[in-house]
Amino acid sequence: MASEDVKRLKGEIKLIVDGKRLDGRAFDELRPIKIEAGVLKRADGSCYLEMGKNKVVAAVYGPREVHPRHLQDPIKAVVRYRYNMAPFSVEERKRPGPDRRSIEISKVSREALEAVIMKELFPRCGIDVFVEVLQADAGSRTACLNAASVALVDAGVPMRGMISSVAVAKVEGHLVLDPTKEEDFYGEADIPFAFFIRNDKIESIALLQMDGRVTKSELMEALQMAKKGALEIYRMQKEAIKSRYIIEEADENE
Amino acid sequence: MSEDIVLDIRKDYVLSKLREGERIDGRKFNEYRPIEIRTGLIEKAEGSALVKIGNTQVIVGIKMQPGEPFPDTPDKGVIITNAELVPLASPTFEPGPPDENSIELARVVDRGIRESEAIDLNKLCIEEGKKVWLVFIDIHAIDDDGNLMDASALAAISALLNTRVPAEKFGLGDDYPLPVRDLPVAVTSLIIEDKVIVDPCKDEENASKNFITITTDSNDNIVAIQKSGSYLLTEEKFYEVIDLSIEKAREIRKLLKEV
Repeated sequence: MASEDVKRLKGEIKLIVDGKRLDGRAFDELRPIKIEAGVLKRADGSCYLEMGKNKVVAAVYGPREVHPRHLQDPIKAVVRYRYNMAPFSVEERKRPGPDRRSIEISKVSREALEAVIMKELFPRCGIDVFVEVLQADAGSRTACLNAASVALVDAGVPMRGMISSVAVAKVEGHLVLDPTKEEDFYGEADIPFAFFIRNDKIESIALLQMDGRVTKSELMEALQMAKKGALEIYRMQKEAIKSRYIIEEADENE
Repeated sequence: MSEDIVLDIRKDYVLSKLREGERIDGRKFNEYRPIEIRTGLIEKAEGSALVKIGNTQVIVGIKMQPGEPFPDTPDKGVIITNAELVPLASPTFEPGPPDENSIELARVVDRGIRESEAIDLNKLCIEEGKKVWLVFIDIHAIDDDGNLMDASALAAISALLNTRVPAEKFGLGDDYPLPVRDLPVAVTSLIIEDKVIVDPCKDEENASKNFITITTDSNDNIVAIQKSGSYLLTEEKFYEVIDLSIEKAREIRKLLKEV
Protein backbone atom coordinates (compact mmCIF):
# COMPACT_ATOMS: atom_id res chain seq x y z
CA MET A 1 0.00 0.00 0.00
CA ALA A 2 1.26 3.45 -0.90
CA SER A 3 2.25 5.58 2.07
CA GLU A 4 -0.26 8.21 0.97
CA ASP A 5 -3.02 5.65 1.39
CA VAL A 6 -1.89 4.84 4.91
CA LYS A 7 -1.90 8.54 5.81
CA ARG A 8 -5.42 8.91 4.44
CA LEU A 9 -6.63 5.96 6.42
CA LYS A 10 -5.21 7.52 9.56
CA GLY A 11 -6.97 10.76 8.68
CA GLU A 12 -3.71 12.64 8.17
CA ILE A 13 -4.68 13.69 4.66
CA LYS A 14 -7.98 15.48 4.38
CA LEU A 15 -10.27 15.04 1.39
CA ILE A 16 -11.91 18.39 2.01
CA VAL A 17 -9.86 21.50 2.73
CA ASP A 18 -11.36 24.97 3.28
CA GLY A 19 -14.75 23.90 1.93
CA LYS A 20 -13.23 22.62 -1.33
CA ARG A 21 -12.55 19.13 -2.59
CA LEU A 22 -9.08 17.87 -3.48
CA ASP A 23 -9.65 18.53 -7.18
CA GLY A 24 -10.90 22.04 -6.41
CA ARG A 25 -14.56 21.32 -7.06
CA ALA A 26 -17.45 22.68 -5.03
CA PHE A 27 -19.56 20.06 -3.19
CA ASP A 28 -22.30 20.13 -5.82
CA GLU A 29 -20.05 20.32 -8.87
CA LEU A 30 -19.72 17.59 -11.51
CA ARG A 31 -16.41 16.45 -12.97
CA PRO A 32 -15.79 17.57 -16.56
CA ILE A 33 -17.96 15.56 -18.94
CA LYS A 34 -17.43 14.83 -22.60
CA ILE A 35 -20.03 13.03 -24.68
CA GLU A 36 -19.91 12.01 -28.31
CA ALA A 37 -22.71 10.09 -30.04
CA GLY A 38 -22.33 7.76 -33.01
CA VAL A 39 -18.68 6.82 -32.60
CA LEU A 40 -18.88 3.21 -33.79
CA LYS A 41 -19.53 2.14 -37.36
CA ARG A 42 -20.98 -1.35 -36.90
CA ALA A 43 -23.29 -0.69 -33.97
CA ASP A 44 -26.83 0.60 -34.54
CA GLY A 45 -26.17 3.27 -31.96
CA SER A 46 -23.14 4.21 -29.91
CA CYS A 47 -21.65 6.75 -27.57
CA TYR A 48 -18.25 7.60 -26.10
CA LEU A 49 -18.37 9.32 -22.75
CA GLU A 50 -15.89 10.71 -20.26
CA MET A 51 -16.85 11.66 -16.74
CA GLY A 52 -13.74 12.81 -14.95
CA LYS A 53 -11.23 10.02 -15.48
CA ASN A 54 -13.93 7.51 -16.44
CA LYS A 55 -13.77 6.65 -20.11
CA VAL A 56 -16.55 4.41 -21.39
CA VAL A 57 -17.98 3.41 -24.73
CA ALA A 58 -21.51 2.11 -25.25
CA ALA A 59 -22.98 0.27 -28.22
CA VAL A 60 -26.58 -0.67 -28.97
CA TYR A 61 -27.55 -3.48 -31.31
CA GLY A 62 -31.19 -3.87 -32.19
CA PRO A 63 -34.06 -4.17 -32.07
CA ARG A 64 -33.00 -7.42 -33.71
CA GLU A 65 -33.81 -11.12 -33.59
CA VAL A 66 -33.12 -12.74 -30.23
CA HIS A 67 -30.72 -15.64 -29.97
CA PRO A 68 -31.13 -18.16 -28.45
CA ARG A 69 -34.74 -18.08 -29.59
CA HIS A 70 -36.24 -19.50 -26.41
CA LEU A 71 -35.40 -16.16 -24.79
CA GLN A 72 -37.87 -14.36 -27.07
CA ASP A 73 -40.87 -12.71 -25.49
CA PRO A 74 -44.02 -12.81 -27.66
CA ILE A 75 -45.36 -9.53 -26.31
CA LYS A 76 -42.32 -7.29 -25.87
CA ALA A 77 -38.64 -6.81 -26.60
CA VAL A 78 -35.99 -8.37 -24.39
CA VAL A 79 -33.39 -5.90 -23.16
CA ARG A 80 -29.91 -7.13 -22.34
CA TYR A 81 -27.19 -5.02 -20.76
CA ARG A 82 -23.57 -5.91 -20.31
CA TYR A 83 -21.33 -3.77 -18.13
CA ASN A 84 -17.77 -4.91 -18.66
CA MET A 85 -14.49 -3.57 -17.35
CA ALA A 86 -11.38 -3.79 -19.49
CA PRO A 87 -8.49 -5.53 -17.67
CA PHE A 88 -6.42 -2.33 -17.93
CA SER A 89 -9.15 -0.02 -16.68
CA VAL A 90 -8.10 -0.10 -13.03
CA GLU A 91 -4.88 0.18 -10.98
CA GLU A 92 -4.51 -3.58 -10.48
CA ARG A 93 -5.27 -5.60 -13.60
CA LYS A 94 -8.83 -6.89 -13.51
CA ARG A 95 -9.33 -10.47 -14.54
CA PRO A 96 -11.26 -10.42 -17.84
CA GLY A 97 -14.90 -11.44 -17.91
CA PRO A 98 -17.87 -10.82 -15.66
CA ASP A 99 -17.33 -10.86 -11.89
CA ARG A 100 -20.07 -10.66 -9.27
CA ARG A 101 -19.92 -6.87 -9.13
CA SER A 102 -20.31 -6.53 -12.91
CA ILE A 103 -23.24 -8.93 -12.93
CA GLU A 104 -25.05 -6.93 -10.24
CA ILE A 105 -24.33 -3.61 -11.98
CA SER A 106 -25.55 -5.04 -15.29
CA LYS A 107 -28.78 -6.16 -13.64
CA VAL A 108 -29.72 -2.86 -11.99
CA SER A 109 -28.60 -0.83 -15.02
CA ARG A 110 -30.68 -2.97 -17.36
CA GLU A 111 -33.69 -2.54 -15.09
CA ALA A 112 -33.25 1.24 -15.15
CA LEU A 113 -33.25 1.31 -18.96
CA GLU A 114 -36.06 -1.23 -19.29
CA ALA A 115 -38.31 1.12 -17.37
CA VAL A 116 -38.06 3.76 -20.12
CA ILE A 117 -37.56 1.74 -23.32
CA MET A 118 -40.84 1.17 -25.15
CA LYS A 119 -40.38 -2.59 -25.26
CA GLU A 120 -44.00 -3.24 -26.19
CA LEU A 121 -43.31 -1.91 -29.72
CA PHE A 122 -40.92 -4.76 -30.52
CA PRO A 123 -42.36 -8.16 -29.67
CA ARG A 124 -39.94 -11.10 -30.12
CA CYS A 125 -37.00 -8.69 -30.54
CA GLY A 126 -33.88 -8.15 -28.56
CA ILE A 127 -32.20 -4.86 -27.73
CA ASP A 128 -28.60 -5.39 -26.66
CA VAL A 129 -26.68 -2.71 -24.82
CA PHE A 130 -22.96 -3.31 -24.37
CA VAL A 131 -20.87 -0.92 -22.34
CA GLU A 132 -17.12 -1.22 -22.00
CA VAL A 133 -15.29 0.59 -19.24
CA LEU A 134 -11.91 1.54 -20.72
CA GLN A 135 -10.86 3.45 -17.64
CA ALA A 136 -12.61 3.54 -14.28
CA ASP A 137 -12.47 6.16 -11.57
CA ALA A 138 -15.52 5.87 -9.30
CA GLY A 139 -18.99 6.23 -10.74
CA SER A 140 -18.31 4.01 -13.72
CA ARG A 141 -21.82 2.56 -13.51
CA THR A 142 -23.28 6.07 -13.74
CA ALA A 143 -21.00 6.98 -16.68
CA CYS A 144 -22.02 3.76 -18.44
CA LEU A 145 -25.74 4.43 -18.00
CA ASN A 146 -25.33 7.97 -19.34
CA ALA A 147 -23.50 6.61 -22.37
CA ALA A 148 -26.00 3.78 -22.87
CA SER A 149 -28.89 6.23 -22.80
CA VAL A 150 -27.32 8.35 -25.56
CA ALA A 151 -26.45 5.23 -27.58
CA LEU A 152 -30.07 4.07 -27.39
CA VAL A 153 -31.26 7.39 -28.77
CA ASP A 154 -28.56 7.19 -31.44
CA ALA A 155 -29.89 3.75 -32.40
CA GLY A 156 -33.38 5.20 -32.72
CA VAL A 157 -34.85 3.01 -29.99
CA PRO A 158 -38.13 4.60 -28.82
CA MET A 159 -37.97 5.68 -25.19
CA ARG A 160 -40.33 7.49 -22.85
CA GLY A 161 -37.51 9.81 -21.82
CA MET A 162 -33.82 9.88 -21.00
CA ILE A 163 -31.86 8.20 -18.23
CA SER A 164 -29.26 10.42 -16.58
CA SER A 165 -27.16 9.08 -13.77
CA VAL A 166 -24.84 10.44 -11.09
CA ALA A 167 -23.66 9.42 -7.64
CA VAL A 168 -23.49 11.32 -4.37
CA ALA A 169 -20.98 10.42 -1.67
CA LYS A 170 -20.60 11.39 1.95
CA VAL A 171 -17.06 12.49 2.65
CA GLU A 172 -15.87 13.73 6.03
CA GLY A 173 -19.45 14.55 6.94
CA HIS A 174 -20.23 16.46 3.73
CA LEU A 175 -22.34 15.31 0.81
CA VAL A 176 -20.47 15.63 -2.48
CA LEU A 177 -21.69 15.17 -6.05
CA ASP A 178 -20.02 12.81 -8.52
CA PRO A 179 -17.24 11.50 -6.22
CA THR A 180 -13.74 10.60 -7.37
CA LYS A 181 -12.06 7.31 -6.54
CA GLU A 182 -10.51 8.72 -3.35
CA GLU A 183 -13.77 10.23 -2.17
CA ASP A 184 -15.61 6.99 -2.83
CA PHE A 185 -12.99 4.80 -1.18
CA TYR A 186 -12.34 6.87 1.93
CA GLY A 187 -15.81 8.37 2.20
CA GLU A 188 -18.58 7.25 4.51
CA ALA A 189 -21.21 6.47 1.89
CA ASP A 190 -21.77 6.11 -1.84
CA ILE A 191 -25.21 6.54 -3.41
CA PRO A 192 -25.53 6.03 -7.18
CA PHE A 193 -28.76 7.41 -8.65
CA ALA A 194 -30.29 7.35 -12.13
CA PHE A 195 -33.33 9.40 -13.05
CA PHE A 196 -36.02 9.22 -15.67
CA ILE A 197 -36.06 12.68 -17.26
CA ARG A 198 -38.63 13.92 -19.73
CA ASN A 199 -39.02 17.45 -21.17
CA ASP A 200 -36.26 18.83 -18.95
CA LYS A 201 -38.05 17.57 -15.86
CA ILE A 202 -37.04 14.82 -13.45
CA GLU A 203 -39.96 12.40 -13.26
CA SER A 204 -38.73 9.58 -11.05
CA ILE A 205 -35.89 7.36 -9.86
CA ALA A 206 -34.80 4.58 -12.22
CA LEU A 207 -31.75 3.31 -10.32
CA LEU A 208 -30.93 3.61 -6.66
CA GLN A 209 -28.31 1.81 -4.64
CA MET A 210 -26.46 2.77 -1.53
CA ASP A 211 -23.78 1.54 0.77
CA GLY A 212 -22.26 3.30 3.72
CA ARG A 213 -24.00 5.07 6.54
CA VAL A 214 -26.32 8.06 6.25
CA THR A 215 -29.26 9.48 8.14
CA LYS A 216 -32.66 9.87 6.55
CA SER A 217 -32.22 13.64 6.17
CA GLU A 218 -28.81 13.19 4.54
CA LEU A 219 -30.36 10.76 2.10
CA MET A 220 -33.06 13.28 1.21
CA GLU A 221 -30.43 15.97 0.73
CA ALA A 222 -28.35 13.61 -1.43
CA LEU A 223 -31.37 12.99 -3.64
CA GLN A 224 -31.82 16.73 -4.27
CA MET A 225 -28.11 17.12 -5.02
CA ALA A 226 -28.20 14.19 -7.45
CA LYS A 227 -31.26 15.59 -9.21
CA LYS A 228 -29.50 18.86 -9.88
CA GLY A 229 -26.40 17.05 -11.22
CA ALA A 230 -28.50 14.71 -13.36
CA LEU A 231 -30.26 17.64 -15.04
CA GLU A 232 -26.89 19.09 -16.03
CA ILE A 233 -25.86 15.73 -17.48
CA TYR A 234 -29.19 15.46 -19.29
CA ARG A 235 -28.53 18.78 -21.07
CA MET A 236 -25.10 17.55 -22.18
CA GLN A 237 -26.59 14.27 -23.41
CA LYS A 238 -29.12 16.21 -25.45
CA GLU A 239 -26.41 18.45 -26.89
CA ALA A 240 -24.35 15.39 -27.91
CA ILE A 241 -27.30 13.89 -29.74
CA LYS A 242 -28.20 17.18 -31.44
CA SER A 243 -24.67 17.88 -32.63
CA ARG A 244 -24.40 14.39 -34.08
CA TYR A 245 -27.43 14.94 -36.28
CA ILE A 246 -26.55 18.49 -37.26
CA ILE A 247 -23.26 17.18 -38.69
CA GLU A 248 -25.03 14.37 -40.53
CA GLU A 249 -27.44 16.78 -42.18
CA ALA A 250 -24.60 19.04 -43.25
CA ASP A 251 -22.86 16.05 -44.87
CA GLU A 252 -25.97 15.14 -46.81
CA ASN A 253 -26.31 18.67 -48.17
CA GLU A 254 -22.82 18.71 -49.63
CA MET B 1 -48.45 -23.78 -19.53
CA SER B 2 -51.26 -24.64 -17.11
CA GLU B 3 -49.02 -23.31 -14.38
CA ASP B 4 -48.79 -19.98 -16.22
CA ILE B 5 -52.58 -19.72 -16.30
CA VAL B 6 -52.79 -20.44 -12.59
CA LEU B 7 -50.15 -17.75 -12.04
CA ASP B 8 -52.19 -15.25 -14.07
CA ILE B 9 -55.33 -16.01 -12.09
CA ARG B 10 -53.43 -15.62 -8.79
CA LYS B 11 -51.95 -12.38 -10.06
CA ASP B 12 -55.39 -10.94 -10.88
CA TYR B 13 -56.57 -12.00 -7.43
CA VAL B 14 -53.61 -10.29 -5.72
CA LEU B 15 -54.21 -7.08 -7.70
CA SER B 16 -57.98 -6.96 -7.19
CA LYS B 17 -57.55 -7.52 -3.45
CA LEU B 18 -55.00 -4.71 -3.27
CA ARG B 19 -57.38 -2.37 -5.06
CA GLU B 20 -59.85 -3.09 -2.26
CA GLY B 21 -57.10 -2.22 0.22
CA GLU B 22 -56.44 -5.81 1.28
CA ARG B 23 -53.76 -8.47 0.89
CA ILE B 24 -54.57 -12.07 -0.09
CA ASP B 25 -53.44 -13.43 3.26
CA GLY B 26 -55.31 -10.79 5.23
CA ARG B 27 -52.20 -8.90 6.35
CA LYS B 28 -52.00 -5.14 6.64
CA PHE B 29 -49.77 -3.41 4.07
CA ASN B 30 -47.10 -2.81 6.71
CA GLU B 31 -47.34 -6.21 8.36
CA TYR B 32 -44.78 -9.03 8.23
CA ARG B 33 -45.70 -12.67 8.27
CA PRO B 34 -44.76 -14.44 11.55
CA ILE B 35 -41.00 -14.49 12.02
CA GLU B 36 -39.17 -17.34 13.70
CA ILE B 37 -35.43 -17.43 14.40
CA ARG B 38 -33.56 -20.56 15.50
CA THR B 39 -29.82 -20.50 16.00
CA GLY B 40 -27.05 -23.03 16.40
CA LEU B 41 -28.70 -25.87 14.52
CA ILE B 42 -25.60 -26.80 12.50
CA GLU B 43 -22.96 -28.00 14.96
CA LYS B 44 -20.21 -28.25 12.34
CA ALA B 45 -20.53 -24.58 11.49
CA GLU B 46 -19.01 -21.83 13.63
CA GLY B 47 -22.43 -20.23 13.71
CA SER B 48 -25.79 -20.90 12.11
CA ALA B 49 -29.39 -19.80 12.00
CA LEU B 50 -32.66 -20.83 10.43
CA VAL B 51 -35.09 -18.03 9.77
CA LYS B 52 -38.70 -18.52 8.80
CA ILE B 53 -40.80 -15.66 7.55
CA GLY B 54 -44.17 -17.27 6.96
CA ASN B 55 -43.40 -20.27 4.75
CA THR B 56 -40.11 -18.86 3.52
CA GLN B 57 -37.11 -20.60 5.07
CA VAL B 58 -33.44 -19.73 4.86
CA ILE B 59 -30.46 -21.28 6.61
CA VAL B 60 -27.24 -19.36 7.01
CA GLY B 61 -24.05 -21.07 8.12
CA ILE B 62 -20.89 -19.26 9.16
CA LYS B 63 -17.50 -20.85 8.62
CA MET B 64 -14.24 -19.21 9.67
CA GLN B 65 -10.61 -19.87 8.90
CA PRO B 66 -7.35 -17.92 8.94
CA GLY B 67 -6.29 -16.47 5.59
CA GLU B 68 -4.64 -13.56 3.87
CA PRO B 69 -6.04 -10.04 4.26
CA PHE B 70 -6.78 -7.74 1.34
CA PRO B 71 -3.74 -5.56 0.52
CA ASP B 72 -5.69 -2.34 1.21
CA THR B 73 -6.93 -3.52 4.62
CA PRO B 74 -3.96 -5.45 6.06
CA ASP B 75 -5.22 -5.33 9.64
CA LYS B 76 -8.85 -6.30 9.07
CA GLY B 77 -10.73 -9.56 8.84
CA VAL B 78 -12.49 -10.45 5.61
CA ILE B 79 -16.20 -11.09 4.98
CA ILE B 80 -17.19 -13.34 2.08
CA THR B 81 -20.91 -13.69 1.42
CA ASN B 82 -22.40 -16.20 -0.94
CA ALA B 83 -25.97 -17.24 -1.70
CA GLU B 84 -27.24 -20.41 -3.25
CA LEU B 85 -30.76 -20.63 -4.54
CA VAL B 86 -30.85 -24.41 -4.55
CA PRO B 87 -33.45 -26.17 -6.74
CA LEU B 88 -35.02 -27.68 -3.64
CA ALA B 89 -36.36 -24.26 -2.66
CA SER B 90 -38.52 -23.49 -5.68
CA PRO B 91 -39.74 -25.05 -8.94
CA THR B 92 -38.14 -22.13 -10.77
CA PHE B 93 -34.62 -22.50 -9.34
CA GLU B 94 -32.16 -24.46 -11.42
CA PRO B 95 -28.84 -26.02 -10.51
CA GLY B 96 -25.70 -24.35 -11.79
CA PRO B 97 -23.52 -21.34 -11.10
CA PRO B 98 -25.18 -18.43 -9.27
CA ASP B 99 -27.38 -16.26 -11.50
CA GLU B 100 -27.85 -12.51 -11.17
CA ASN B 101 -30.60 -12.93 -8.58
CA SER B 102 -28.53 -14.97 -6.16
CA ILE B 103 -25.55 -12.67 -6.69
CA GLU B 104 -27.71 -9.65 -5.95
CA LEU B 105 -29.15 -11.35 -2.87
CA ALA B 106 -25.69 -12.14 -1.49
CA ARG B 107 -24.32 -8.69 -2.24
CA VAL B 108 -27.20 -6.82 -0.64
CA VAL B 109 -26.98 -8.96 2.52
CA ASP B 110 -23.21 -8.45 2.52
CA ARG B 111 -23.56 -4.67 2.22
CA GLY B 112 -25.87 -4.46 5.23
CA ILE B 113 -23.44 -6.37 7.44
CA ARG B 114 -20.33 -4.69 6.08
CA GLU B 115 -21.56 -1.09 6.09
CA SER B 116 -23.20 -1.26 9.51
CA GLU B 117 -19.80 -2.54 10.72
CA ALA B 118 -21.73 -5.25 12.54
CA ILE B 119 -18.60 -7.39 12.71
CA ASP B 120 -15.65 -5.64 14.34
CA LEU B 121 -13.13 -6.58 11.64
CA ASN B 122 -10.26 -4.88 13.50
CA LYS B 123 -10.55 -7.60 16.15
CA LEU B 124 -10.18 -10.31 13.52
CA CYS B 125 -6.55 -9.54 12.70
CA ILE B 126 -4.13 -12.30 13.66
CA GLU B 127 -0.90 -10.94 12.19
CA GLU B 128 -1.01 -7.63 10.33
CA GLY B 129 -0.58 -7.99 6.58
CA LYS B 130 -0.19 -11.79 6.86
CA LYS B 131 -3.02 -13.51 8.62
CA VAL B 132 -6.55 -12.50 9.47
CA TRP B 133 -9.82 -14.33 10.06
CA LEU B 134 -11.95 -14.97 7.00
CA VAL B 135 -15.68 -15.03 7.77
CA PHE B 136 -17.70 -16.99 5.23
CA ILE B 137 -21.42 -16.20 5.29
CA ASP B 138 -23.20 -18.85 3.25
CA ILE B 139 -26.87 -18.29 2.55
CA HIS B 140 -28.87 -21.39 1.72
CA ALA B 141 -32.44 -20.74 0.68
CA ILE B 142 -34.51 -23.84 1.34
CA ASP B 143 -38.10 -22.71 0.73
CA ASP B 144 -38.91 -19.63 -1.31
CA ASP B 145 -42.36 -18.32 -0.55
CA GLY B 146 -41.30 -14.74 -1.12
CA ASN B 147 -38.96 -12.20 0.45
CA LEU B 148 -35.83 -14.30 0.50
CA MET B 149 -33.93 -11.04 0.91
CA ASP B 150 -35.13 -10.16 4.41
CA ALA B 151 -35.06 -13.79 5.55
CA SER B 152 -31.46 -14.12 4.35
CA ALA B 153 -30.32 -10.87 5.95
CA LEU B 154 -31.98 -11.80 9.23
CA ALA B 155 -30.54 -15.31 9.15
CA ALA B 156 -27.09 -13.90 8.43
CA ILE B 157 -27.01 -11.53 11.41
CA SER B 158 -28.62 -14.18 13.66
CA ALA B 159 -25.96 -16.69 12.65
CA LEU B 160 -23.19 -14.16 13.28
CA LEU B 161 -24.55 -13.52 16.79
CA ASN B 162 -24.29 -17.24 17.36
CA THR B 163 -20.74 -17.57 15.97
CA ARG B 164 -17.66 -18.56 17.96
CA VAL B 165 -14.23 -17.87 16.47
CA PRO B 166 -12.61 -21.34 16.17
CA ALA B 167 -9.20 -20.25 17.45
CA GLU B 168 -8.39 -23.53 19.18
CA LYS B 169 -8.81 -25.56 15.99
CA PHE B 170 -6.06 -23.50 14.35
CA GLY B 171 -3.76 -23.33 17.38
CA LEU B 172 -4.53 -19.67 18.04
CA GLY B 173 -5.68 -19.85 21.67
CA ASP B 174 -9.14 -20.29 23.11
CA ASP B 175 -12.35 -19.97 21.11
CA TYR B 176 -14.25 -16.75 21.70
CA PRO B 177 -17.53 -15.23 20.53
CA LEU B 178 -17.39 -13.29 17.28
CA PRO B 179 -17.40 -9.56 18.11
CA VAL B 180 -20.76 -8.32 16.79
CA ARG B 181 -21.54 -4.69 17.60
CA ASP B 182 -24.55 -3.76 15.50
CA LEU B 183 -27.80 -5.33 14.31
CA PRO B 184 -28.48 -4.41 10.70
CA VAL B 185 -31.99 -5.30 9.54
CA ALA B 186 -33.11 -5.39 5.91
CA VAL B 187 -36.70 -4.48 5.09
CA THR B 188 -38.00 -5.22 1.61
CA SER B 189 -41.04 -3.47 0.22
CA LEU B 190 -42.92 -4.22 -2.95
CA ILE B 191 -44.46 -1.42 -4.96
CA ILE B 192 -47.62 -2.66 -6.56
CA GLU B 193 -50.82 -0.95 -7.75
CA ASP B 194 -49.28 2.32 -6.54
CA LYS B 195 -49.17 0.90 -3.00
CA VAL B 196 -46.28 -0.07 -0.77
CA ILE B 197 -46.44 -3.45 0.96
CA VAL B 198 -43.73 -4.98 3.15
CA ASP B 199 -42.58 -8.58 3.19
CA PRO B 200 -44.15 -9.72 -0.10
CA CYS B 201 -45.19 -13.36 -0.29
CA LYS B 202 -44.58 -15.38 -3.48
CA ASP B 203 -47.99 -14.63 -5.02
CA GLU B 204 -47.38 -10.94 -4.51
CA GLU B 205 -43.88 -11.22 -6.01
CA ASN B 206 -45.38 -12.94 -9.04
CA ALA B 207 -47.70 -9.97 -9.50
CA SER B 208 -44.95 -7.35 -9.31
CA LYS B 209 -41.16 -7.36 -9.33
CA ASN B 210 -40.81 -3.78 -8.11
CA PHE B 211 -38.71 -4.20 -4.98
CA ILE B 212 -36.77 -1.87 -2.78
CA THR B 213 -34.69 -3.10 0.15
CA ILE B 214 -33.51 -0.68 2.81
CA THR B 215 -31.17 -1.86 5.55
CA THR B 216 -30.85 0.18 8.74
CA ASP B 217 -28.60 -0.09 11.77
CA SER B 218 -29.44 0.13 15.48
CA ASN B 219 -29.35 3.94 15.35
CA ASP B 220 -31.84 4.15 12.46
CA ASN B 221 -29.05 5.09 10.05
CA ILE B 222 -29.50 3.79 6.53
CA VAL B 223 -26.61 1.48 5.65
CA ALA B 224 -27.72 -0.12 2.38
CA ILE B 225 -30.33 0.41 -0.30
CA GLN B 226 -31.12 -1.63 -3.36
CA LYS B 227 -33.86 -0.75 -5.79
CA SER B 228 -34.52 -3.92 -7.75
CA GLY B 229 -36.82 -4.35 -10.72
CA SER B 230 -37.52 -2.38 -13.87
CA TYR B 231 -39.80 0.33 -12.57
CA LEU B 232 -39.75 4.03 -11.83
CA LEU B 233 -39.81 5.06 -8.20
CA THR B 234 -41.32 8.43 -7.30
CA GLU B 235 -39.76 10.63 -4.67
CA GLU B 236 -42.86 10.42 -2.46
CA LYS B 237 -42.85 6.61 -2.53
CA PHE B 238 -39.13 6.61 -1.74
CA TYR B 239 -39.66 8.68 1.40
CA GLU B 240 -42.60 6.50 2.39
CA VAL B 241 -40.43 3.39 2.07
CA ILE B 242 -37.61 4.90 4.15
CA ASP B 243 -39.95 5.62 7.08
CA LEU B 244 -41.58 2.22 6.78
CA SER B 245 -38.22 0.44 6.69
CA ILE B 246 -36.95 2.22 9.80
CA GLU B 247 -40.14 1.41 11.70
CA LYS B 248 -40.23 -2.26 10.68
CA ALA B 249 -36.51 -2.76 11.31
CA ARG B 250 -36.98 -1.57 14.90
CA GLU B 251 -39.63 -4.24 15.47
CA ILE B 252 -37.53 -7.01 13.94
CA ARG B 253 -34.47 -5.91 15.92
CA LYS B 254 -36.44 -6.61 19.11
CA LEU B 255 -36.85 -10.22 17.98
CA LEU B 256 -33.13 -10.42 17.28
CA LYS B 257 -32.26 -9.24 20.76
CA GLU B 258 -34.28 -12.07 22.26
CA VAL B 259 -32.22 -14.67 20.39
